[in-house]
Amino acid sequence: MATVAEHIETQDHAHGHGHEEHHEQSFIRKYIFSEDHKVIAKQYLFSGIIWAVIGGLMSLVFRLQLGFPEMDMAWLKPVLGQWVSLAPDGTGKLDPNFYLALVTMHGTIMVFFVLTAGLSGTFSNFLIPLQVGARDMASGFMNMLSYWFFFISSVIMFWSIFLETGPAGGGWVIYPPLSALGEANPGSQSGMTLWLVAMALFIVSSLLGGINYVTTVINLRTKGMSFDRLPLTIWAFTFTAILGILSFPVLLSAALLLIFDRSFGTSFYLSDIYINGHALPNQGGSPILFQHLFWFLGHPEVYIVILPALGLTSEIIATNSRKPIFGYKAMIFSMAGIMFLAFIVWAHHMFMTGMNPFLGSVFMLLTLIIAVPSAVKAFNYITTLWRGNIIFTPAMMFAIGLVSFFVSGGLTGIILGNSSLDIQLHDTYFVVAHFHLVMGAAAIFGMIGGVYHWFPKMFGRMMNDTLGYLHFWLTFIGVYLVFFPMHYIGIAGFPRRYYQWSGFETFNTFADLNAFMTIAAILAFAAQIIFIYNFIYSIFWGKKAPANPWRSNTLEWTTPINPGHGNWPGEIPTVYRWPYDYSKPGSESDFIPQNIPFSATPESNLPEENEMISEEKEIEKIEFNHNIPD
Amino acid sequence: MKTLETTMIQETKPILTVNKYKFIIWLFIITIIMLFASQTSAYLVRRAEGNWTEFKLPVIFWWSSSILIISSVFMYLAQQSAKKDNYGKLKTYISGAFLFGIIFLAMQYIGWLELQDSGIYLKGNPSGSFLYILTGLHAFHLISGLVVLLFAFVASYQLKIHSKSLIQIEVCATYWHFLDLLWLYLFVFLLYFR
Repeated sequence: MATVAEHIETQDHAHGHGHEEHHEQSFIRKYIFSEDHKVIAKQYLFSGIIWAVIGGLMSLVFRLQLGFPEMDMAWLKPVLGQWVSLAPDGTGKLDPNFYLALVTMHGTIMVFFVLTAGLSGTFSNFLIPLQVGARDMASGFMNMLSYWFFFISSVIMFWSIFLETGPAGGGWVIYPPLSALGEANPGSQSGMTLWLVAMALFIVSSLLGGINYVTTVINLRTKGMSFDRLPLTIWAFTFTAILGILSFPVLLSAALLLIFDRSFGTSFYLSDIYINGHALPNQGGSPILFQHLFWFLGHPEVYIVILPALGLTSEIIATNSRKPIFGYKAMIFSMAGIMFLAFIVWAHHMFMTGMNPFLGSVFMLLTLIIAVPSAVKAFNYITTLWRGNIIFTPAMMFAIGLVSFFVSGGLTGIILGNSSLDIQLHDTYFVVAHFHLVMGAAAIFGMIGGVYHWFPKMFGRMMNDTLGYLHFWLTFIGVYLVFFPMHYIGIAGFPRRYYQWSGFETFNTFADLNAFMTIAAILAFAAQIIFIYNFIYSIFWGKKAPANPWRSNTLEWTTPINPGHGNWPGEIPTVYRWPYDYSKPGSESDFIPQNIPFSATPESNLPEENEMISEEKEIEKIEFNHNIPD
Repeated sequence: MKTLETTMIQETKPILTVNKYKFIIWLFIITIIMLFASQTSAYLVRRAEGNWTEFKLPVIFWWSSSILIISSVFMYLAQQSAKKDNYGKLKTYISGAFLFGIIFLAMQYIGWLELQDSGIYLKGNPSGSFLYILTGLHAFHLISGLVVLLFAFVASYQLKIHSKSLIQIEVCATYWHFLDLLWLYLFVFLLYFR
């Protein structure tokens, strides 16, 4: 480590700009208030995993309630306290209001804290500097600030779970007037206030992060790393960050107006409301306005969740198929297309608001167009796999699992995109099944695949493969067993957000299917314990990792096994080729890393690549402009 | 041979063309634009629905607008003096920019008092609530601008800003001019869509 640091120091001083003033740092600066992108990435990863466990346990509690409505919950009393009410005979029931709070918190935690912060925060931070060839993020301080805003936001959200009136209970979409009036639901009292404060801080955190990601990709690429040589992961993270920069401020707007409605008596979203026969003073507001503002973020948000997972998958699939990614440019353009369309389809979440049917049909058309870039991506994954020398590492299994979920969940998206069908299926379990497959499970699989793939780079050790396969199969089967039957429940008309259905004779037919889904959910959750065990065990006692365990082309594998502050000892490698030269005809090795010049591989060069040899000298001559201080 | 080499060197362009802090400030400005774009479009959508009480903007907003423009001019002059290493003028102008920024905030506050005298409160018809939110949000961002300006102000008194070290004042000026333009946009918007 010390030699690494010295190298960096001498190299930086040789270049005349003290990029890293590398001294021995105190424990606090090194591991807690760290400005190093790798440490911050790990902080995000650990926080994300903790949140995922909390969110997952919440889902088990409400799944138990849905699968076994007559169940005696008294055994949960020690954990849930007053939220389980005891009958005189000692049997316990889950409080219906707490059920709503659980659903709300599960959604909020999973969408924002796990799949936005945990996924983007981890992998954008970790991979962007390593894969573009930068010493660190554009602003290490902003990066640190971003994590600690997220941390404070997490603490506040966690605190809200322990309030006497419970955490927010208006659904993760917090539609007013339900979320605006404390009388509507106990969760809409202080729980909602804390939710809004936590989300405001969360937005600040994501904006700081997103600005940093984009700046790093644009400004801090190494020599020769032109845009057409960026790995698809970087493209995906960049598009994700742009989506966040453009859409999170709008959520802040929506939340801000809601805060004023709740706490300062304004009427942006409230009008003509009677409580117990008394009219509220609020006049002239429009609850639909909130939905427009919310979904203008909310829809891009689902792509903020899925795009990084798709980027990670592209990298994992190409590496482990030992083939160039099929349609590199098509992948970029389809992601760009998804990003663009993300901003003009939000109203397909609002077909039920009495929207003008003509407007509905416009949004329906735009929504269905998203199927095109999505299908291009699915097609390219499958054609990359096609006749590849596939190596089934655990990461590869999860990446293929993502493609499977993305395809099967995407199909129901085409159904739901049609306004006439959506009006029937909206607020049924069909929608729940759809988005859990296409963005929930798919994004989680991308994230877990990413952890398995980049674990050697993060911790210098390997994860256990056998446990990885076990984890994959149990999770993969478990997820399908939960969400496939859920489509039928939805078509049968089961509404979402209902505490129990046993009051309706019609719904008794499917009681066994609900019980089945609950058991499958428990199985899928249990499989995650294997992962967490494997993860923690491998950090300390896993096999030592080689420098390039997956024989991958991207730059992060040219760093030392445990990269120090500044990532590369000595000079940052120069990039000469795209990152997908796998199994190139003529080449002896089945991979050629990005930092190998064409002049070193005459046997495998294509004619146009031979012409590029003359450009190599120019690439090497590129001087960083030192008139622009870092 | 020698000429060939020199032309080669001239052709290779530096890879870094924009300073990263300038890039960051522009991205930050984009997020603020999105925030105000969403606010003003919410305003328009709500206004189109009817039940909208028209308001009259306080007269002092005209004066505060011109104060903010003057502050921006000072900022520009400060930047120019920094380029010429004219420390005396730099200090004067940057103090002027800072002072006029504070005067602007005070005038906005007086404007709010004027609004309350004319019977427009935060509570009540959304038109008035929006007016307070928009001006308040801008004031909040202007305070953040003053903090950035304060750092540049201190740096200029420590003689850390000069023709070879312009990044800080350029970033500061970009943000300050943006906040000026943002106010002018809001002012014209509120005048037109009352």
